[in-house]
Amino acid sequence: MYHKEKSIQIKSSASALYNNLSVLRIAPRSLTYFAVVHANVVNMVSASWDGLNYSHRQLQSKEGTVATSSSLIMQAAWCVLPSRDLLVLTSQQGIQMYESDGSIMVYWHALDSPETPTAQAVFARGIAAVKEKYICVGTSSGSVLVFDIPSKGSNITLSEVLEEHKDSITDMASECSGSQECIADLVSADDSGLLCIWKSGEDFQLLNKIPGFDMTCSSVKLWKGTVVAGYGTGQIRLYEAVTGILHAEVNAHARWIYSLDVAPFSGLLLSAAEDSLVRVWHLTMTPETNSVEIDHMYNECVTDTQICGAKFCDGDGYAFAVTGYDLTEIIRYTQG
Amino acid sequence: MSLKTLPFLVMNLGGEMLYVLDQRLKAPNIPLDKSQTAGLWSEDDRKKVMSDIIGTMFNKPFMEELLKPQDVYSHRAMRTLLTRIAHSSIMRLNAASMDKLYDLTIMAFKYQVQLCARPRDVLLVTFNHIDAIRRFVRHNPMLSNQIDEAQRQLIEMYKHLTDGEFQLIRQTLLVFLQDMHIKVSVFLRENLQNCDGRFVLDSSGPVPQGSDVPGLIRLFNSKGREVKRYEFPSCGSYTSHVREGSFDMSGDRVTRLGTNIYSESAENTQTTGAPRMFKQNTQATTVPNLLAKEELNLLAKLIGSMEVRDTQSGNPGFCVNLFATDKEEEEAGTASETNGMYSIIHIQATEDHRANSELARIADEFTDYRDNSDVPSSKGDHLLSLMDEL
Repeated sequence: MYHKEKSIQIKSSASALYNNLSVLRIAPRSLTYFAVVHANVVNMVSASWDGLNYSHRQLQSKEGTVATSSSLIMQAAWCVLPSRDLLVLTSQQGIQMYESDGSIMVYWHALDSPETPTAQAVFARGIAAVKEKYICVGTSSGSVLVFDIPSKGSNITLSEVLEEHKDSITDMASECSGSQECIADLVSADDSGLLCIWKSGEDFQLLNKIPGFDMTCSSVKLWKGTVVAGYGTGQIRLYEAVTGILHAEVNAHARWIYSLDVAPFSGLLLSAAEDSLVRVWHLTMTPETNSVEIDHMYNECVTDTQICGAKFCDGDGYAFAVTGYDLTEIIRYTQG
Repeated sequence: MSLKTLPFLVMNLGGEMLYVLDQRLKAPNIPLDKSQTAGLWSEDDRKKVMSDIIGTMFNKPFMEELLKPQDVYSHRAMRTLLTRIAHSSIMRLNAASMDKLYDLTIMAFKYQVQLCARPRDVLLVTFNHIDAIRRFVRHNPMLSNQIDEAQRQLIEMYKHLTDGEFQLIRQTLLVFLQDMHIKVSVFLRENLQNCDGRFVLDSSGPVPQGSDVPGLIRLFNSKGREVKRYEFPSCGSYTSHVREGSFDMSGDRVTRLGTNIYSESAENTQTTGAPRMFKQNTQATTVPNLLAKEELNLLAKLIGSMEVRDTQSGNPGFCVNLFATDKEEEEAGTASETNGMYSIIHIQATEDHRANSELARIADEFTDYRDNSDVPSSKGDHLLSLMDEL
């Protein structure tokens, strides 16, 4: 179904972090941006679609405006809003937001960290753009920070803090189908596997809580009202977001799942785990019976690699890219 | 990231170091100093070296400092710490030997961390090391008690962490071990490591506890009843999980990761190719490492809490070539000496120690154990000269 393309080299290897690959497709300029985290640095590559031009940039974690090599970055992801795209970095120090090409930092938010270290780690992790104007970021204490993003400029404000999770946030996702009918806008996941379903607004509203049974949910997606969750046990589960009904359970991987992605136009699902496997699935919704089905489509084994990031490069799932711990390349696959 | 990671590094790297030393000390010792005669270490001397090192690693104040919440150190600081631990015995390792020893222990531990089926298994790996260490000193009741006490503290600290918290610890360890691809003879021979230095990750064997063998899809209706189940090709040959290892003071740990892989053969403790030059993280060279001072303070605390062995009793200590031929050692020695990195830390810390009472206090403790004639003009220089002796 897919064949391997030429890999893109990155300046330093990928760290073993959940969801360690972000992709931004810029159609007007025939470019795709990739971002991969290495310890305290984000490696950004801009790749032209003709495969001829690659340019690299590295962003370092900062405390305010001062670069510090001590702060490890947990995640980097592009947030696509109607008026602008922002690149968000979450680290042990806090949250930084940049223009999408990484050229200018427009906002930073420091996390409260205690004077002397306590046993509890402090960091931010889990990034999602919600509806027209919000960027939500999770923290190690379980809080979800909601930032109000103006259509341009740096007047970004923290509008709300959602306190529902008790364990560290692992990942967050917003509804990606583009459908206006969906009630749920955002899902947040944490170390205990708890999933919280939210509706956005002036005040975010909690719609549902789906318990986790102490199995970490490391990656989560929300598509057409269905939560797709990947767990440390290697299982993938499909839940109906608003009701919490379990539609499907897949024994997908033999090791910890590190990344999930959905291609919203085709319903293709990508899962990647520490067991060196990337799997492609197909999701089908049957509105009459209100059911969701999942079919297995394809396997790709990235030999001897603990995969830490996997993303589709386009909305149809025509191509996808993969990163692995200790690998200094982004491996790409295309249909055909 | 996780502030509970350092104990894993010290216990496991220390454990691997002991495995290597135990094996190498049984080989004929070729001294650097020609005035010493070549020969085998006596049983008593070997036992003393092992006991001294283990005593330092497990002593109470050291463990207390180790278990405090803190970030992991840099490679340079870890290497300094391990060297100090090794030199708490009568054995002296030259820089080249220490380099190779460090490389070996790092790669062995990296293998163990990467291959752990579940993040929680890192604790079982640690217990495997501790079990073996206990066996090294089973003739010594005082040391056995110290080890027991340390293990009790580790159990208390880690037994109730969630899988998510263990994964954070494991991810922190993996960042520390990132980009290390030194080839180790025993791994290459056993087909555990590829020629490019990466480890072989098998798609077979038992799945971890809590996981199921991949291949099954189940669909449910809105009442929660299963309505359909079907299989998919899973591309691996996994079997059901085996029984869980023991997280208690003793018991079958089940996993072999962390046990002593070095057989009697000397070749097993070889790394292939030239010894790695101590590479600094390229990021750190462009941005000053603001943590260098912090690290040095923490390091000083840890070292200060170690018992200092009195080596002034007329015994100059045994200098050991741990690996390979004299020629290789010479070449390696030259390579490391031209690496002038330590001078930077030296200058920074000398300025800092005067302002820092903690360092000065620890430096004070050291002077008590030294011959008066050895006391340098500045107290701080003592601690640093200790580190510079590497």
